[in-house]
Amino acid sequence: MSMLSIYVDGVGVWSPALGDFAALRAMLAGETVPVPPARPPAATLPANERRRAPESVLLAAEVAGQAVAMSGRDAATLACVFASSHGDQPITDYMCATLAGTPAELSPTRFHNSVHNAPAGYWTIATGCHAPSNAVCAQRASFGAGLLEAACLVRADAQPVLLVCSDTAGSGPLLEVTGCAAPFACALVLAPQRGACTLARLDLHLCPGSITDAPAASAVPADWVASSPSASALPLLALLAQGAGRCRLMAAGSLGMDVHLEECA
Amino acid sequence: MLPPIIPLAIRAFTATSALGRGLAAHHDALQAAHSGLRANDFSSAPLECWVGRVGGLEHVALPEALSTWECRNNRLAWLGLQQDGFLDAVTAARERYGAARVALLMGTSTASIGATEEAYRRLDPDGGFPDDMLRPPIHAPHSLAGFLAAALGLEGPCLTISTACSSSAKVFASAERMLRLGLIDAAVVGGVDTLCDSVLFGFNALELVSRAPCRPFDSARNGISIGEAAGFALLERADAAPDAPRLLGYGEASDAHHMSTPHPQGLGAELALRDALARAGLEPAQVDYINLHGTASQKNDEVEAALIARAFPASTRASSTKGFTGHTLGAAGILEAVIALLAIEHGLVPGNLGGADPDPACGPQFAWHNEQRAVDVALSNSFGFGGNNACLAFARAERRA
Repeated sequence: MSMLSIYVDGVGVWSPALGDFAALRAMLAGETVPVPPARPPAATLPANERRRAPESVLLAAEVAGQAVAMSGRDAATLACVFASSHGDQPITDYMCATLAGTPAELSPTRFHNSVHNAPAGYWTIATGCHAPSNAVCAQRASFGAGLLEAACLVRADAQPVLLVCSDTAGSGPLLEVTGCAAPFACALVLAPQRGACTLARLDLHLCPGSITDAPAASAVPADWVASSPSASALPLLALLAQGAGRCRLMAAGSLGMDVHLEECA
Repeated sequence: MLPPIIPLAIRAFTATSALGRGLAAHHDALQAAHSGLRANDFSSAPLECWVGRVGGLEHVALPEALSTWECRNNRLAWLGLQQDGFLDAVTAARERYGAARVALLMGTSTASIGATEEAYRRLDPDGGFPDDMLRPPIHAPHSLAGFLAAALGLEGPCLTISTACSSSAKVFASAERMLRLGLIDAAVVGGVDTLCDSVLFGFNALELVSRAPCRPFDSARNGISIGEAAGFALLERADAAPDAPRLLGYGEASDAHHMSTPHPQGLGAELALRDALARAGLEPAQVDYINLHGTASQKNDEVEAALIARAFPASTRASSTKGFTGHTLGAAGILEAVIALLAIEHGLVPGNLGGADPDPACGPQFAWHNEQRAVDVALSNSFGFGGNNACLAFARAERRA
């Protein structure tokens, strides 16, 4: 299988325990890190949008803003890929509950916020970005599949790309079938060449076969990884924090992806 | 300026919609100017509107081995796969290249949310999903692609693209990149969306649903008719299928304007169009036919009509076919790509059904009635909520770009 090499210029992280990439680094170094607020600040969004944006948008905009700031790039020019296994679960729960009882009372705003590309829409509007934007999912493999899609954009058109992967916590009866115990969001700014802000190089190899039986050896707590499908990014984020190493992600249900990371800082 | 891509072969393609099952049913209905819309008989509560419903879907059964994926959307996907020898073409590609070298890239807006809606209508007394609906994979937006990966035995890259109504156009772009980079040797692309309460009552809440059959580009248009469809295409490198029609190019761009209304000057739509032409190595005058997004919403049609009027000569013919099929949302990209390919194959420019009194914004490019003429190059426009725009360019095999 072919290899894709890409460079990481920025990282964003948000979870109930981690407010940014620096917090992940500190946690892995054994330090105590402050607990972030429940609501992501999502400072990239204009104040009026921030007030009315749904949780899925706040999560995605928060980590996207962190990663782009670290990369020193202009968000308006970055093609973007927003991955999420389940989209905005509080909105799905609201819509299905309303449709079951009083369908004619469905909120028009919550309906247009329910599209899977709502984070991509809010982000491109807030940053004035006319570049291609995408919204993808692949069940438990959404991070790996999103990384593959973003890496293809980077390599095929020799351009930097923003990748965001985020999921809200499950909500209402839906929680039983999504199993999302906690929110999680992360973002990477990926580039075709090494630059002044580059943290690391990633070599991605596709490896046929499911990896669900493979042991997940990682420096991050297993219950964090299990708390959200988007948290399957944590082993790679931990490598970024620590500098080098290898991990294996799911790129699809029956397709693994080996990631070899080398520090560039 | 983007460099041209190497055109790809579309070895097989098919569609199933309110016009019928497979290519012949679509060609016949287009040729006869026969709409597939009917008065809404679908929603769980009454809603006065018209829908493009696929007949007989209630009687389609999934094979026993795939029964965990049972839901209306996957039944439509399964029905769609059976048409035009598409299943056999995918099997042949899998055997030729290996299951891990064939990607599966599917567009959908709502996937099987209809099943989740049903679970909420029949919650257990304890407030949980009923036992028969405790099937987690169908309550996720990847349901369609997950089902198809199992049904087709594919083990390569497998991705759902869900950018509202541009979803199943953008899958062509992802497939081209993976083929160009050598990650795969073939890609099954397409999309499926089915009628469900979420979209019927959701678009109704936005006051975007017409009470009558939709009238794209008519001066008195007053909203969309929602439809459902399944469509698929099998993409390979051109030398693998020299006689197959071609994907020449694609463009993708963002409006950066509003979540549910298009940019007033069609900025994102025009960027997507220009990128598609650049990748295809085409000048506007070389385009014979454009299948428009043309939803019959006030804003979309106003903006899109102005774009066509300023970007193309009168020799380029243009029409919306949503008066035939309704707006099939996440499946619109692939359904209308298939209609563009039928236009090339049969030399048929479908008339813009429903546009009896043309909006003055429409230029001389509009084909208000069927036109029989050679179509060598056809475009298809698809625009979605969030300002997400895509444009595809197709050509007949003889035209080597």
